[in-house]
Amino acid sequence: MIIRNQAIVDDGWSVLRLNENDTPESVVVPSGKVIVPLKVWQAQRTQLQGRAEIGVWLNSDERAEELQGDLERFAVIAVNFPKFADGRGYSIANRLRVRLGYKGELRAIGDVLRDQMFYMKRVGFDAFAPRADKDIHEALKGLSDFSVCYQGSADEALPLFRRVQRGVVA
Amino acid sequence: MYRYDQYDQQLAAERVAQFSDQVRRRLSGELSEDEFRILRLQNGLYHQVHGYMLRIAVPYGLMSAGQVRTIAQIARKYDRGYGHFTTRQNIQFNWIKLQDIPAIFAELARAELHANQTSGSCLRGITSDEFAGVARDEIVDPRPYAEILRQWSTFHPEFAYLPRKFKIAISGGGEDRAATGVHDIGLRVVKNGQGEVGFRVLVGGGLGRTPVVGTVISDFVPWQHALTYLESIVRVYNEYGRRDNAYKARIKILVKALGIEEFRRQVEADWEFTKGGAMTVTEDELKRVAAFFTPHDYAQLPAVDAGVERLQRENKAFANWLQRNVKPHKTPGYAVVLLSLKKPGVAPGDITADQLDAVAALSERYSFGEVRVTHMQNLVLADVRQSDLIELWQETAGLGLATPNIGLLTDVICCPGSDFCSLANARSIPLAQAVANRFDDFDYLHDIGDIELNISGCINACAHHHVGHIGILGVDKNGEDRYQVSIGGAQGNGIRLGQVIGSSFSAAETPEVIASLLDIYVRERHEGERFVDTVHRLGVQPFKEHVYKTATAVSLGLADEAAAHAESLVASYDDPYFSPRF
Repeated sequence: MIIRNQAIVDDGWSVLRLNENDTPESVVVPSGKVIVPLKVWQAQRTQLQGRAEIGVWLNSDERAEELQGDLERFAVIAVNFPKFADGRGYSIANRLRVRLGYKGELRAIGDVLRDQMFYMKRVGFDAFAPRADKDIHEALKGLSDFSVCYQGSADEALPLFRRVQRGVVA
Repeated sequence: MYRYDQYDQQLAAERVAQFSDQVRRRLSGELSEDEFRILRLQNGLYHQVHGYMLRIAVPYGLMSAGQVRTIAQIARKYDRGYGHFTTRQNIQFNWIKLQDIPAIFAELARAELHANQTSGSCLRGITSDEFAGVARDEIVDPRPYAEILRQWSTFHPEFAYLPRKFKIAISGGGEDRAATGVHDIGLRVVKNGQGEVGFRVLVGGGLGRTPVVGTVISDFVPWQHALTYLESIVRVYNEYGRRDNAYKARIKILVKALGIEEFRRQVEADWEFTKGGAMTVTEDELKRVAAFFTPHDYAQLPAVDAGVERLQRENKAFANWLQRNVKPHKTPGYAVVLLSLKKPGVAPGDITADQLDAVAALSERYSFGEVRVTHMQNLVLADVRQSDLIELWQETAGLGLATPNIGLLTDVICCPGSDFCSLANARSIPLAQAVANRFDDFDYLHDIGDIELNISGCINACAHHHVGHIGILGVDKNGEDRYQVSIGGAQGNGIRLGQVIGSSFSAAETPEVIASLLDIYVRERHEGERFVDTVHRLGVQPFKEHVYKTATAVSLGLADEAAAHAESLVASYDDPYFSPRF
């Protein structure tokens, strides 16, 4: 189960993570809907790009720009949060959405917790795989913490001052 | 000053609800301390020596009388009747209970106050010039920009989990009164040749373990583009700042590692995509926000007040207060008044709930109902009629807020030290007390004149000791509080870092070391020269030699006294009303 577009849904995708002995070149990508690490995509792109459905994930120290030109090929792009306090994934998402114009599913994976999900949604994530030990129904609540935002971001490009008539001196 | 509209209010209410729920989940065990810690820090809640410490934001140092009363109320209801103003223009309380957080935050929100992002690895509160809007040397009033930056940085979704804290200061004065050179980003509001307003942007300044004065990344960013430009700086930092070592995680380390040219190149490459985009500030928005900061309805008054001049001649105490605590105002007939929170016997920056209430009332009577906090831990009534000065002096004297020591040696900038702070290596408040006791002769202090003494209890440098004319750093040497002394630091336009004079001193020796430094100054100074200018002219050497020549004698003489002193300062926190105010 994951959260997609603010709802809890079944998910047919699996995330491939490399084990210690795996190399991006040699790891066997199982059949079906698989989200592979960037390095595996880069190493095995000839085989993988023929698949009907393939996803890729970026770690927090990898660059969104690595996927430039390939964005159309993926049914899902995921960004991994090794630790919830590692905030690089927010800028990766921003670049994918705002800079590179990625329109498909953008999924947060890894140490994904309720209390970070609102900001994740703002920078462009529309799917979330909360950490396995957390209640996904509780996590879903995190997406509606705020109804007002000052700044523009990926979810709403316009800052508040361009969207509404703000209050003036009484 | 800025007032919330329905959107600000709504957002504030939603934040209270969010954090209250997080507190509830922490208390029920649903959230682990590891998960909760980062959330509470972004709400100004630290875990300190006495329990939870709450740091309430005073955005760019400006408060209404009503807000001051709310803070007084919180001090009374939820803490021990007093608070501590910090060097980042905030106020903190030290005995907060987690269970009280929802009630406290609701009260704050009702008064248009909050504790958002006053700690944690995020965009911190914006600090600014305490004389904004009233200083004679002001080029542009920075407050509208500070408020626009406050809103931009509040819950910025991309930058809530940065490698480390990120501090922005903004100054619009000819003289920099916001220490912009020692912030992650320092903004000087300036005008270009065409009279257009923009920002001179400094990046990578900061104190702490690796003190660095910021470097100019851009001489002129037009105000419309400030937010997109800052976003690009913070984005490059978010992506490339070090996350493997907290000591090397500030932006200054990244700027040093890349070099300013490369860092600038990356920022500008990023900015290309957003410059002119939706986050560009509109004329309308600037106008809307600026309307909250228009000059007050000043009366037409004579430039000088005869009564004030008369009392100044007749009463030395009043003359001292005028000289030290009253600054010129850009409107004739008005004055800027500093209320000293450095009365000998009180921990620097501390204020009681009763004093807060009294200050609120004074601000309503004499200064359009506004109060400011300085980054040197004093308060300001910025718009006082000169004809009210005598009355205000008498009233503030009765409150213990008229010590005529602004800018003098006893106007010590001081962090809470290990009496309150878990990070500290040494106590700083008792040392400030010792200095106040050692130098209790006002004539001597006035003769020494302008000098800044900054005492930090650890390398994190909350008291900005690197830029103190005399900077003192508390260190822990085998369980003993020791103090390292540096001289020659300065803030303002000529900002520079001080130089350590040598090995550290005991708590008892340190005031004597200061006395030695001042002896050399008095011997060597030119007419009208400040201590720090003498240090810059002569260099550190003569000061250093004199201090260490006398230090041995000092050590011998003070050894016994030091032991007695240490004993007398044992804290007794069991007393529910104990305060290390002395």
